[in-house]
Formats: sequence, C-alpha cells, structure tokens
Amino acid sequence: METVARSEPAADAQAASKDATLIYRQSRWTRLTHWLWAIALFFMLLSGLQIFNARPQLYIGKESGFGYNNTIFAIGAENTDQGPRGYTEIFGKHFDTTGVLGWSGPPGQESPRAFPSWATIPSYYDLGTARVVHFFFAWVLSATLLVWLVAGLINGHVRRDLAPRLDDLRRLPRDIVDHAKLKFHHTREYNTLQKMAYGGVLFVLLPLMIITGLAMSPSMNSVLPWLNDVLGGRQTARTIHFTVMVLLVGFFIIHMLMILAAGPINELRSIITGWYRTDPPAHDDSSSERSA
Amino acid sequence: MAKFQINRRKFLTSASLGLSGIALSGCDAFDGGLGIGGGLRSFLENANGLTYRAQRLLAGRDALAQEFTEADIRQPQRPNGVTAPDDDTYKGLLANNFADWRLEVSGLVEKPLSLTREQLQNMPSRTQITRHDCVEGWSCIAKWTGTPLSLVLDQAVVKPQARYVMFHCLDTIDRSLSGDVKYYGTIDLIDARHPQTILAYGVNGKPLPVENGAPLRVRVERQLGYKMPKYLYKIELVDSFAAIGGGRGGYWEDNGYDWYGGI
Repeated sequence: METVARSEPAADAQAASKDATLIYRQSRWTRLTHWLWAIALFFMLLSGLQIFNARPQLYIGKESGFGYNNTIFAIGAENTDQGPRGYTEIFGKHFDTTGVLGWSGPPGQESPRAFPSWATIPSYYDLGTARVVHFFFAWVLSATLLVWLVAGLINGHVRRDLAPRLDDLRRLPRDIVDHAKLKFHHTREYNTLQKMAYGGVLFVLLPLMIITGLAMSPSMNSVLPWLNDVLGGRQTARTIHFTVMVLLVGFFIIHMLMILAAGPINELRSIITGWYRTDPPAHDDSSSERSA
Repeated sequence: MAKFQINRRKFLTSASLGLSGIALSGCDAFDGGLGIGGGLRSFLENANGLTYRAQRLLAGRDALAQEFTEADIRQPQRPNGVTAPDDDTYKGLLANNFADWRLEVSGLVEKPLSLTREQLQNMPSRTQITRHDCVEGWSCIAKWTGTPLSLVLDQAVVKPQARYVMFHCLDTIDRSLSGDVKYYGTIDLIDARHPQTILAYGVNGKPLPVENGAPLRVRVERQLGYKMPKYLYKIELVDSFAAIGGGRGGYWEDNGYDWYGGI
C-alpha cells in the first residue's frame, strides 16, 4: 500500500486509500453534546453580555466598592471634546473603544451601552429577558455536560481520547511547532494541544462557569456559604465568571481557525457524521515534510 | 515552501471571511417572540420554574443567608430604584417624621393590624449583617435591624388559604395610561416566615434613611434586591397574585423579571 501510493500520482493514491483512511472517530454522544453546547454557549454568551451591560464593571471581593475602589474592569461612555466616546478600563488603564464598547450604534443613533447591540440578546437593553434566556440555556449546558461526562466515562472517550499521558508531554514541543506552522496530522487520536484545549474547556472552564454562576445566586449562597469564601467573594466570583467567558471565546476563535486550517470539510464531517479522514500512512508525512 | 505560502494565504482569507461573518450577524434575529407573552419567551420561562424548584429543594425553608462581620461594612448601603419618592402622601408622612405612618396588615388574616413605627420597634428585633445582591450584578454589605415578619404574621393570624404576602409601597415607580404605578411585590409564606426575613427600620446602626426605604422596607436575604420593597405601608395576605397588576407577582416581575429572584 505504501509503495503503491509512492509510485503513483497523488490523486490515484488518495482514491486508493479512501476507504482505509476514513475512520469512525466521534461517537454519537460526542457529536450530540458538541452541538448542544454550541447552541447553549452561543445563547449564554449573548444573553450574558446583555446581563453584564446592566452593570458593566467587575470588582474583586465580597461586594462592589462604591465608597472605595475595587473595580478592575469597566466599560463606559464619557463626554469629551470630540463628543461622547466609549471607553474600556482594565486595571486602571484607559482605552478608547468607541463604536464597539461603551458607545455604539448605527451612525447618528449611537447610545451608551457596554457591549454593542449586535453582540447581545435581545439586541435592545432588556435585563429581564436576557436572564430568562441565560438561565434556560444554563440548564441545557449543565445537563449536556453531565450527559457527556457519563457517556464519556462509559464508552471510554474520556480515558482513551482526553486523559493526558506521559507521551503527550514528550510530544508537546513538536506539537506546538507543528501547530505554529499550520501543519496538521490527521489521526484517530487527539494531539497534545487538542487534549489540553478540549480537556481544559470540559473539565476546567465549563465547571468553573457553572460554579461561579451558582456562587452569584443569593439562594444558593444559603446552601453553599463556603463557596464564595473559596472563590474570594461574590464579586470575585462574578469577575471569574466573566474571565472564563473571555477564555471560552478565545477557545472558540482558535477552534474555528484550527478547523479552517486543518480542513473544514473533513473536520465538520467528523463532528456531524462521526467519520473522519485520516492521513494515509507515511505518504502524507513525507509530503508535508517537503512542503514545510 | 511555495506550497505552504499558498496554504497560509488561503487559510488567512477563509479565516477572516469566517470571522467577519460572525461579526456581521446581528442578534436582532432573536428579538421577536422574546417579549412578555411571546411564544418563545413563554417556552424559555419554563426554566424559571425548574430553577425555582431546584432552589427550594436545595435551600429548603430555613437555610440561612451568609452573615458577615462589622469589618465587612465598608460603605453606606447603596440606594437603588426610587430613592426620593415624589408622592404627596409620602412627602406628607416624611414631613412629620412618619408619626402618622401606619403599617396595615390586611387580607387573609384573622386580625387585621395597624401598627405604628413605635409598636414595630417595641417588638423583638433581629439584626443581621448581610450582602445585598442587585439583579444588575452589584453587591453591598450592610447591617439591617428590623422586626421579623413572622412575628407580625403571627400577631395577625394568617388564614390557612393565604399563600403569598403582598407588599404595598408608597413610591411611584412608573406612570402608565391608567395612572401612577406604585411599587409592589410578593413573596410566598416560606420566605415570609424565614428567620432572616425582617421588616427593617434600621441600617448600619441608624434609622433607615429615605433613599433606603424609610420608614420600613423588607429584607428577604436569600433573594435579589428587587424582591425587597421599600417605603412599605401595607402588607396584604393573598391566595393568588394572578389578578394583581400584570399578574406576575410584582412590579419588576410584570416587566419581565422572574418571580422568585433567587439567582
């Protein structure tokens, strides 16, 4: 097989290895939960930004400082010589973010709002509705995570595909170099950076999101009073909640870029149908070696 | 090398196309159906019931809200909503320091009450340092002193068919075609009888100031700020709030907030 592929034109080699390289990679549980998360996180993000707009400041501690300053992040609008401007303040550093953060809207109809209307659900200011949307999808997200965890433990997905091994550590430097060069190996297994990204989202970021969300609830506070103490206070929990959102958005952007770079058709097929085309053995390695 | 260059260019082009597509997709697509009474909204609101039942199940009747120490009080209680009622009735009562103010307890009770501020203050009191969590997202820690609502309810003897405590307030929060809308809200009898639910007349060791709801406001410590009406003058025991206002159990509830307000 290998020698045949080497001696023939590339197109024929691909045709010859078609069936051999197409593997069933993603179980129905992985695919189903993936898309439920995609939907839930989309609505949670956009309704969450709307909720944030009601108080576009983040604080560190048990409470919000009004008589003192414990604000570490703020989005707002201010009047300047050039008219109203939007600003974003991070650890006291001031950035002009007019048009996107703080002051935005269609030309002539700009208004003070932290996140712009295209990034929020509903598009107009409505905290109550955003909360309805947010808490509906909070249930979807949490239930999906639970279903995924149970299925993944039973069918071996977690142990086989996500659990880090010593080998992963050894491969890490090479993996980083390959990703930086946009050189992708299409194999049955996740590479080290994939394991770190997916494992980080599923075992760290999403649970942390749920925990900090619960920590903000005064009624849950009466059930788990230690939770906010561990997290550093309700307002710190809110700040963590927001920070995890930023990390998840970062993950999403990289996730999309990696899919585009690694072959969007193949990647999409595997997360819709489960079937994934792996690299033909050896042949692809040598050709990608040359192209790099 | 040349091959890689092309790949990268292709990659960057498709990446930027994809990202701008995401950025351009406005979210007004979801606005329809999300208004109160809308089909999509009503479906999503089912989750509020689930959230409420989960909180009830986990927190039970008597789990206490976290209490803090004097050292945690670092600022005055931040006022929100109406902070200076413009109502003539209220201003008249304020003018003589609420000497003519009474708290009425009526509705489904055996013995309707009309209590002066002194009568309330002469009842056993509870003082608690708690964190006020606003639905907007901010928090503020303060020390509240008041009469446990359960004592007032016991004195009035609640009828068995009563299910909710409705708070009537003196402040106008909104103006509608049918006239001024005074703030109002409801809690159920479980929260009304919770040990930390008090009718507060003092904050941080001083009489309750106007901006925080003088002469009397509710503290329901396991719920959000909008569940704690200020400028109280009447407590009414009811078996349903379906016929009151928008039928959703409070001023803010009628405007889209969930009734329980525990998260």
